[in-house]
Amino acid sequence: MIGLGHYLSVAAVLFAIGMAGIFVNRKNVIVILMSIELMLLAVNINLVAFSQFLGDLTGQVFAFMVLTVAAAEAAIGLAILVAFFRNRGDIAVDDANLMKH
Amino acid sequence: MTIAAFAFWVFAVSAIASGLMVISSRNPVHSVLFLILAFISAAGLFVLLGAEYLAMLLVVVYVGAVAVLFLFVVMMLDVDFVEMKQGFLQYLPIGVAISGLVVVELILAFAAWKMPSDAQFAAAHPVATAGSALAGPDAPSNIEGLGLIIYTDYVHYFQIAGMVLLVAMIGAIVLTFRTREGVKKQDPAAQVGRMRAASVELKKVETGQGI
Repeated sequence: MIGLGHYLSVAAVLFAIGMAGIFVNRKNVIVILMSIELMLLAVNINLVAFSQFLGDLTGQVFAFMVLTVAAAEAAIGLAILVAFFRNRGDIAVDDANLMKH
Repeated sequence: MTIAAFAFWVFAVSAIASGLMVISSRNPVHSVLFLILAFISAAGLFVLLGAEYLAMLLVVVYVGAVAVLFLFVVMMLDVDFVEMKQGFLQYLPIGVAISGLVVVELILAFAAWKMPSDAQFAAAHPVATAGSALAGPDAPSNIEGLGLIIYTDYVHYFQIAGMVLLVAMIGAIVLTFRTREGVKKQDPAAQVGRMRAASVELKKVETGQGI
């Protein structure tokens, strides 16, 4: 029988994949944004699983809020990326140091 | 193995495998397509959990909007993605080590946690939350239950979510808006505001001389 632990394990593994994605794709900010989306998805799976197994719909309302913030974050992140690309001609974030000097 | 258990394993394996492909794929377009597959698999998991509304929202918002936005940006930017892949193997060990540590920590934390019995749960939460009455055998359907609490107990959260989306939309427009110099374009206000005195001149032409 599939229990709460199964769903939490899937969410934990997805979260870890998202984290590893930020480490291994340090230059490519598009993949970093996608990794953040994966991590937020893992959090949503956790919220919905607890909502179901504790018998309380409130968790799904909070998953809804996380979804909203994730969509807003993707839109703003990609807009910053486009502006960054226009200014510099590439999207290598590891040598972005305009604000340091 | 029941159908539900089989479906769980299919969706779980496909979500994790496509998550791995998102971060390891060489071509970012493939990454976006695997991200879409990961979201669809997660939507399947949500359906199995009984959260039909969130599952459909995930498909509409992510697959329909966010993933297309990613795809659009990936294809619009002219970037050498092969060169971006450098350092993948260099940072692989530390990435795997840290994320493995996080998984182990999460598993240990959950193994030490025990699902509270109904009596313990009631003792810890003397006032029932708004959502608790809407789960259980005689509860309304998922979307009806969500509607009953989103528009009443959580209406302020709902409105703040709307404001977040509005600010994100305005921010994205402001960030990417630019006026190009030297481009000829129509100016309706100037056309409508044109007066007769400024544009028509009456010339007295002498006979046989021309202008």
